[in-house]
Amino acid sequence: MSGTATMTPPVVRRERVLGRDVSRPDGVPKVRGEFAFSSDLWAEGMLWGRILRSPHPSARIRSIDPSGAWRVPGVRAVLLAEDVPGQPTYGLEHADQPVFASQVVRHVGEPVAAVAADHPETARLAASAIRVDYEVLEPLVDPEAAILAPPIHPDGNVFRHLTIRHGDPSRRGEVSVEGTYEVGMQDQAFMGPESGLAIPGEDGGVDLYVSTQWLHVDRSQVAACLGLPEEKVRLHLAGVGGAFGAREDVSLQVHICLLALATRRPVKIVYSREESFFGHVHRHPARLWLRHQADREGRLVTVEAKVVLDGGAYASSSTAVISNASCFVTGPYVVPNALVEGWAVRTNNPPCGAMRGFGAVQACFGYEAQMDKLAAAVGLDPVEMRLRNALAHGDQLITGQVLRGAAPVAEVIRACAATPLPGPPVTDGPGSMALPGGAGRTAQPGRVRRGVGFAVGYKNLMYSEGFDDYSTARCRLERGLVTITCAAAEVGQGFVTLAHQIAREVLGVDQVVLAPAETSSIGSAGSTSASRQTWMSGGAVAEACRAVARKAVEVAARRLGHPGLELVEGEVVAEGGGLRVPLAEAVGDEVIEETVTYRHPGTSPLDPDGQGDAHVSFAFAAHRAVVDVDLDLGLVRVVEVATAQDVGRVLHPLQVTGQIEGGIAQGVGLAVMEEIVLEEGRVKNPSFTDYLIPTALDMPEVRIGGLIEEPEPGAPFGAKGVGEPPTISSTPAVVAAIRAATGLELSRVPVRPQDIALAAVG
Amino acid sequence: MTVTVAASLDEVLEVLEARPGAEILAGGTDFMVEVNFGHRRPRSVVCVSRLPELRGWREEGGELVLGAGLTYTEMMLPPLAERLPALAQAARTVGSPQIRNAGTLGGNLATASPAGDTLPVLAALDAVVVLRRWGGERRMPVGEFLVGPKRTALLPGEVVTEARVPVGLASGPPAVCQEFLKVGTRNAMVIAVASVALVVDWVGRRVRCALGSAGPAPIRAREAEARAESSMDWEGRRLAAADLDAFGHLAGEAARPIDDHRSTASYRRHAVTVCARRALERAMAGPGWTA
Ligand SMILES: Cc1cc2nc3c(=O)[nH]c(=O)nc-3n(C[C@H](O)[C@H](O)[C@H](O)COP(=O)(O)OP(=O)(O)OC[C@H]3O[C@@H](n4cnc5c(N)ncnc54)[C@H](O)[C@@H]3O)c2cc1C
Repeated sequence: MSGTATMTPPVVRRERVLGRDVSRPDGVPKVRGEFAFSSDLWAEGMLWGRILRSPHPSARIRSIDPSGAWRVPGVRAVLLAEDVPGQPTYGLEHADQPVFASQVVRHVGEPVAAVAADHPETARLAASAIRVDYEVLEPLVDPEAAILAPPIHPDGNVFRHLTIRHGDPSRRGEVSVEGTYEVGMQDQAFMGPESGLAIPGEDGGVDLYVSTQWLHVDRSQVAACLGLPEEKVRLHLAGVGGAFGAREDVSLQVHICLLALATRRPVKIVYSREESFFGHVHRHPARLWLRHQADREGRLVTVEAKVVLDGGAYASSSTAVISNASCFVTGPYVVPNALVEGWAVRTNNPPCGAMRGFGAVQACFGYEAQMDKLAAAVGLDPVEMRLRNALAHGDQLITGQVLRGAAPVAEVIRACAATPLPGPPVTDGPGSMALPGGAGRTAQPGRVRRGVGFAVGYKNLMYSEGFDDYSTARCRLERGLVTITCAAAEVGQGFVTLAHQIAREVLGVDQVVLAPAETSSIGSAGSTSASRQTWMSGGAVAEACRAVARKAVEVAARRLGHPGLELVEGEVVAEGGGLRVPLAEAVGDEVIEETVTYRHPGTSPLDPDGQGDAHVSFAFAAHRAVVDVDLDLGLVRVVEVATAQDVGRVLHPLQVTGQIEGGIAQGVGLAVMEEIVLEEGRVKNPSFTDYLIPTALDMPEVRIGGLIEEPEPGAPFGAKGVGEPPTISSTPAVVAAIRAATGLELSRVPVRPQDIALAAVG
Repeated sequence: MTVTVAASLDEVLEVLEARPGAEILAGGTDFMVEVNFGHRRPRSVVCVSRLPELRGWREEGGELVLGAGLTYTEMMLPPLAERLPALAQAARTVGSPQIRNAGTLGGNLATASPAGDTLPVLAALDAVVVLRRWGGERRMPVGEFLVGPKRTALLPGEVVTEARVPVGLASGPPAVCQEFLKVGTRNAMVIAVASVALVVDWVGRRVRCALGSAGPAPIRAREAEARAESSMDWEGRRLAAADLDAFGHLAGEAARPIDDHRSTASYRRHAVTVCARRALERAMAGPGWTA
């Protein structure tokens, strides 16, 4: 049975489970080190796969000689582009990325060949024995130059150019500020490297166990490349060690299936950490130019912006990322007139795509710096400046869309700003670890200055611009046991907890089992991204459970011969109160199963002027950062980040806190240390030795000043997604605080010690 | 691959003699990283981490003898940490607790990374490195042992057994003040962008300053040392601000830094200048860090 959900009045009366810190089903195994991640997979007789990658950012392949690989004993397969039976390319939005490069390579790390062997070392040796004759070309690495440069791919160098024209952008204000900003390339830096196991099936198909964010979209891409019908490609979610957007694109999926089909043996691939840096997309580096005009009271009149995102060699989700970066580049403020131009371009840098915050992060770094400049120019307090322009319900965005949902922007600003400030650092004298420099004990207390910075950010929830965004879930009730089936990828965010909570809440039962997420028994749940699974798959699970509840009441009425029944907290009761039977008893041994497809209200594409109701819903957050800066050495210690966030409704307090703390960690990382350093298209730091992410000594105290619970109309239980907003304005808040401490302009993130120390010296 | 877990130093020396090319494994915190990256493919390994002869430290003949097997965690424990506070400070900056439990002084010396954190400390302490081989021994100042980036004077068949420090420099404050400052782009677990080790011997009236991550190997800032020694008010433990500045600048000038993905040469030189000045200021002001 299946059907498309319609809005149903909730069956729930009093909530027993939602809003509580129920424990995660995967929590204890993860903490005890017993949880099986995709890298732990094993099958009898399995082989090991290895990818040979391009060492050049741009080169023509003159020839490939794989014979050396075949000479290595224990090698079972060596595959090149010509061995791909189906479509030679794949991609999330445009299939422009070759499974294996055949004529040209466009970035360092591009796959050229794959081998399978008895042992990972054998596979490594064999891959390195493949001779590729490259004619090395000059790489195109400047994203602005790429717009007009000769195309490095048949599809051209511009993934998308978009213009947003709103109101009358020629209107001038009395005060004007202008700035150019730059965001470096951030990595998602998940802990579990890409890994998977492919097992060839009797039917000529393949079962792939893999860590991913979206099983069904992987399946479509893999099946197309394998030349198999989708039903012969069965994807199963393996334990995911973090994702943050980096698992939205296909990485090893096609290669591993090709190897398994070629050898008729199970094949496993686990990337090393270094390979992982080359094996997934990163956050787009950005250059932004912004000019803000305001009246003397600080009310925004016109904002003009140009945004260039470096998409690297292949499209990935660049077209959607530039849409976000452009739509949100004026911030959560009322902007009557705007002219925005955005470009996402192709270069020979590593491909970029989804990462937590998805375009909104880069935009926010620019517009929040501008809001501070404007506040200074008008002579307003930064918080007051933002309050004066804050969006509210009923206001219009620069895309012409009117905010119909909850938009408590002023509320998050006030709650965050009202949070008490932390006291001075507790130190044990010079060189205290509590000061900037930490364990290096470099700080001299007299040369440490404190700064406070404030920032607000926002982003769309779920997929936009007319995308058919849906999730599917099944609920089965059998002798009191509820089984939920949904292909939503648990990547650490806690959907598994939420699915339990929702089923228990709606049906009033305690025994809930979540079936494994895979593609053959259920339809797509959509991607675990865009802060969408709580709403979309949470909504699908809720509707499936409600459908079962309705059926159960019918069954009970028939079995008990009593009309006018309803389900209340796990019991079937008669209206007058004359009857009260536990659900399991009331339906006896009848099995009730319902499958629903849940959709959010539709959106529309942007028109040529960038106008349209392109987004479903928005979430807002404010951050206030307190930093201590060593003025001479330029070292920064982020002391505290206070925040308030628009969450709609808290369904699991601890998980909300987890998302906020984790998101702030990534925001702080981008502010002061995280960057993939590139030199002529080459990554200089593909390891955790040199790609630095915050440690416990770098992580600030997080103070949640307010979770604003204004239920979102149309959202299941009124809850908004909470995953991305913590990452968006935390970065600009930290940089604003560093600016406050140093008086420097600091228009680039991450802020490096030399940006402070050498600028201050002059 | 053969692996020998040696029970005595003699056994190690025998194995190294008998199997040329056998590689020494101590805590493995550098060794295994190289293996994992495929930069090192050992055929024969001899493990030295359990050898009683290399463990711990002792005082002997006017010297403090630090075993090659001394771990960072051990360097941070009193009384050693009180006698060699700069070494304790350097140890505290190394990696994470897991790395500090496993990583050893001998491994840091033999790896000879320009960023090895104990190396500038040993250089500032005028340490002598002891090398043993089957039937022989060599001793040399640490500056001679460290030939260049990742290059040492260690010959095949030799093992680092000790580093020896004049006991006069290990008497702790107030007689000897020591500092170690390390600049990195993160507050912990970071490879040094630049570091400074300083030993001020108030009794012998000597200043010793060595720079880390500021050249191919630790650099003694001799001119800075001489300038501080000559301008110091040794009785009053005072130095004019201008002399402190000059000390910092001379230390900075002694640096021979490079540009790389971790930082720039100009920042490194600047950081050395700032840290050297701060180190000297601290050495005059207080007892330094205690574990
Ligand atoms: C996560 C991480 C963080 C780190 N952080 C730092 C840091 O902050 N600062 C720093 O300086 N280092 C750091 N290191 C590097 C490393 O921990 C140190 O260099 C450590 O001292 C190496 O000692 P080990 O006992 O582990 O040596 P091993 O790895 O066992 O050996 C290293 C090398 O020394 C040789 N060797 C070892 N002992 C002897 C001996 N007695 N005689 C002759 N040769 C010998 C080995 O053959 C090998 O070539 C870090 C490493 C990791 C993995």
